[in-house]
Amino acid sequence: MTDKIRSILATDCGSTTTKAILIELTDEGYRLKVRGEAPTTVEKPFDDVTVGVVNAVTEVQELAGRPLVGEDGLIMTPQQGDAGVDLYLSTSSAGGGLQMLVAGVVRTMTAESAERAALGAGAIVMDTISSNDKRQPHEQIARIRHLRPDMILLSGGVDGGTTSHVAELAELIGAADPKPRLGSGYELPVVYAGNVQARDAVKEALEAKTALSIVDNLRPTLDEENLDPARDQIHDLFMEHVMAQAPGYDKLKSWTSAPVMPTPGAVGQIIQTIAKQRGISVIGVDIGGATTDVFSVFKDTFNRTVSANLGMSYSISNVMASAGLENVLRWVPFDIDESELRNRIKNKMVRPTTIPSLIRDLQVEQALAREALRLSLIQHKEFATELKGVRKSRDISEAFDQSGSGNTIVDMMALDLVVGSGGVLSHAPRRVQAALMLVDSFEPMGITALAVDSIFMMPQLGVLASEQPEAATEVFERDCLVMLGACVAPVGTTKGGKPLAEVTMDLPDGAKTVGLSRGDLLRVPLGQGETARVRVVPAKGVDVGAGPGQPFEKTVDGGEVGILLDGRGRPLQLPTTANERVAAIEQWIENLDLYPRRS
Amino acid sequence: MGHAYTPGLKVSDAAEFVRHRILPIPGEVLVKQGDTVEPETVVARALLPGNVVTANLARLLGVAAADLDDLMLVQEGAAVEKDQPIAQSKGIFGFMKQTAKAPTTGELESVSKVSGQAIFREAPIPVEVKAYVGGIVSEVEEGFGVHVDSRGTMVQGIFGIGPEVSGPIAVASDDPARPLMPQDVKPEHAGTVLVGGSMARLDTLKACVDKGVKALVVGGIDAADLKQLLGYDLGVAITGNETVGLTLVVTEGFGQLAMSGKTHRLLSERAGQTASVSGATQIRAGVMRPEVLVPSEIHQIEETEVDTGLMHVNSTVRIIRDPHFGELGRVTDLPAEPHVLDTEAAVRILTVALKDGEHVTLPRANVELVDERL
Repeated sequence: MTDKIRSILATDCGSTTTKAILIELTDEGYRLKVRGEAPTTVEKPFDDVTVGVVNAVTEVQELAGRPLVGEDGLIMTPQQGDAGVDLYLSTSSAGGGLQMLVAGVVRTMTAESAERAALGAGAIVMDTISSNDKRQPHEQIARIRHLRPDMILLSGGVDGGTTSHVAELAELIGAADPKPRLGSGYELPVVYAGNVQARDAVKEALEAKTALSIVDNLRPTLDEENLDPARDQIHDLFMEHVMAQAPGYDKLKSWTSAPVMPTPGAVGQIIQTIAKQRGISVIGVDIGGATTDVFSVFKDTFNRTVSANLGMSYSISNVMASAGLENVLRWVPFDIDESELRNRIKNKMVRPTTIPSLIRDLQVEQALAREALRLSLIQHKEFATELKGVRKSRDISEAFDQSGSGNTIVDMMALDLVVGSGGVLSHAPRRVQAALMLVDSFEPMGITALAVDSIFMMPQLGVLASEQPEAATEVFERDCLVMLGACVAPVGTTKGGKPLAEVTMDLPDGAKTVGLSRGDLLRVPLGQGETARVRVVPAKGVDVGAGPGQPFEKTVDGGEVGILLDGRGRPLQLPTTANERVAAIEQWIENLDLYPRRS
Repeated sequence: MGHAYTPGLKVSDAAEFVRHRILPIPGEVLVKQGDTVEPETVVARALLPGNVVTANLARLLGVAAADLDDLMLVQEGAAVEKDQPIAQSKGIFGFMKQTAKAPTTGELESVSKVSGQAIFREAPIPVEVKAYVGGIVSEVEEGFGVHVDSRGTMVQGIFGIGPEVSGPIAVASDDPARPLMPQDVKPEHAGTVLVGGSMARLDTLKACVDKGVKALVVGGIDAADLKQLLGYDLGVAITGNETVGLTLVVTEGFGQLAMSGKTHRLLSERAGQTASVSGATQIRAGVMRPEVLVPSEIHQIEETEVDTGLMHVNSTVRIIRDPHFGELGRVTDLPAEPHVLDTEAAVRILTVALKDGEHVTLPRANVELVDERL
């Protein structure tokens, strides 16, 4: 059937902007034709998300030079002649996205698995209640009542395990009798995905008060997670209950050819597709206006975290508050009055859609982005761990090592690819700015490929992947993913100013060898579509992927940036005095051709 | 000639405003359609279910949850007093009986036979909703609340803090470009909605609190002063529940920014009249801006560009980001093609003629519509 789909329109209704892309079947396969955007309209005077959708599609229609919206104001499907499209799909995070409360018996086991299921489904987790979270029951009840989530995920107990604790949690939720955030006319959806033997007790406590649904246990045994049934149920309920309450969503639902997907769920879908198809470990990051989502696939395990209040517009003031002034200013190559900076950030918070038109303003915004990204990855590493509570058989070295279960699985040395998405990365005026924001904040180790989502279309491709995987993959490879290049970052130090490593690159125009010293940040051009074999011989005690002092080789893809040779250390070491720091940053700006030269 | 969708803040002396005054849970509506209400009129009332306190009776008595039925001294649904015995174990040969007592006064709502947990519900908590603004009850949502319909002057601010209040308008500064000083806040301003100038620093904000000013409407504040006033650094702009003793409406933004001439003029013209003020701000989807509402006799409602969100050539706009932050101007061109900025970003732009005649090119995202003719 795929060959019959001639054109696809996909929109993503973000909290600030609604983005639309038009994909058409060409002689080369499916290609992105044009994109358009318009402000999201879930607030007065419009109060209807479809107004923003039609505005964005109208822009697409003008740019494509063919009609997509009919005289009745509806998107025309299927395509007839030159008018309309065969498929219309949408994702959404407008209206605050999906806000969930999760509950489980043990904080680090079933509750954490429930959190992973909710996050994987694209939710923002407002709180996690567990039997051992150190809060008194009345405090937990007060919290549940106060939060007014869109949905609750209740888990607890492995199959055949505790029933009384699960029943107790269900009773707490029942006693709180929580009201949904949107609309008072419907019952709050509760998904139970815990011990099968506690189902009757959960039904007794919740069936009369909530819209209870029961799915397979998400942690059937201690060493097994089964998150898909809970995730699928969350998706369905999101469509059925939550979306229906947001302004205009009923209309949007009736327009689309497939269910509207929560934006982060769609991005997660495409990140997993990349990791699977290429057999690599990936970190994806989507830095938005209100939140920053981090996705990772290591050892075939997918994780997603949402840093709910780290974003570039609505939450920008919180980035400053969380990171601290000093951490933000360390990336800025000029003096700025603290009070002026604080006012500037607060003004962005209250007028979130403004954009920098001055280079200094752009540099401040990119400094804040580095901190938002850095803090988001810290949160992600803390969450993306091995299953806790699993009994492991250990060999003698592990026993001495004392490393138990629950270690982070995010291994920056094993990381193959970082993909950045979101306005500040996708729309950075120079791609090298996006590359350096990713390197400065994530500090990849060894040799790591860097890419960005060219025009921020991963959400739309994620939802497309669920309907037309072939089209999604073709557009992703050709039009979405922009390879920036690779970062080579040795880990460790040397004494007496000796180089950290000798890097030899077999470039298309010949081999080049560079001695990389501490504090260096260099850029070696390697264009889009080109590859180079990179051999790194590190100094004693310095690691680039094969162990301390061991040479390492890898073939890297080129891109709009090329190869970044980063000798600034891991963790990254910036000069401590203001003058030295500013001088170093100015040097890196020059080496990388990071910003336009000021006249 | 192009147009663009651009948000703006409503500032009008001929606006219609309908405020939905709704209970969080079903209750009783105390007024009827057509009634005239004042800001302090209670329009609806409900009883929130009381707080919940739990006690695990099975653990307290050292018995299985399934056995609790026979041990209860008080049945589900009964009223209990704090420390009243509610269950007792049988002990050993009638000795060493354990007694579980009620942890609070209220009702024994339920006892679980699975977990052994007893849930006690305290007395209901009354909740009242006031009219907030003077007007006519135009619609009753039975059991939930009412819509209050009113007309008059409406000023939306960009940011605010503090709850809904009402009081007579007093003007502290005739000059919208002059910072408001502590000495401008007089004892006679107690209970008023005070209208100031371009900025109120922390000492002025504190003077307002000390003198009992109910609400302050001012052009700008300093971010560091806001942190001092609140006692924490506000991370996201979701406000309205602050209890600093003052409701604050900032009309222009952070920093020293002259209050818009129209805002100052409209509020000055209403001096002495009762204004309803809310500091609640939510800059997320479902955006809420702080507001000042002054009901008055209006026959013709003014439809403005801000209402439509549509910007044309000749629209008046405020520049909302550096350079020229805070300046007003007239749109002279809305070219369709993207333009490359100094940052090298290619974006849609507009050109604006500033008051001094200078023409500037700006990203469209960096202006907002203003209901004011230049």
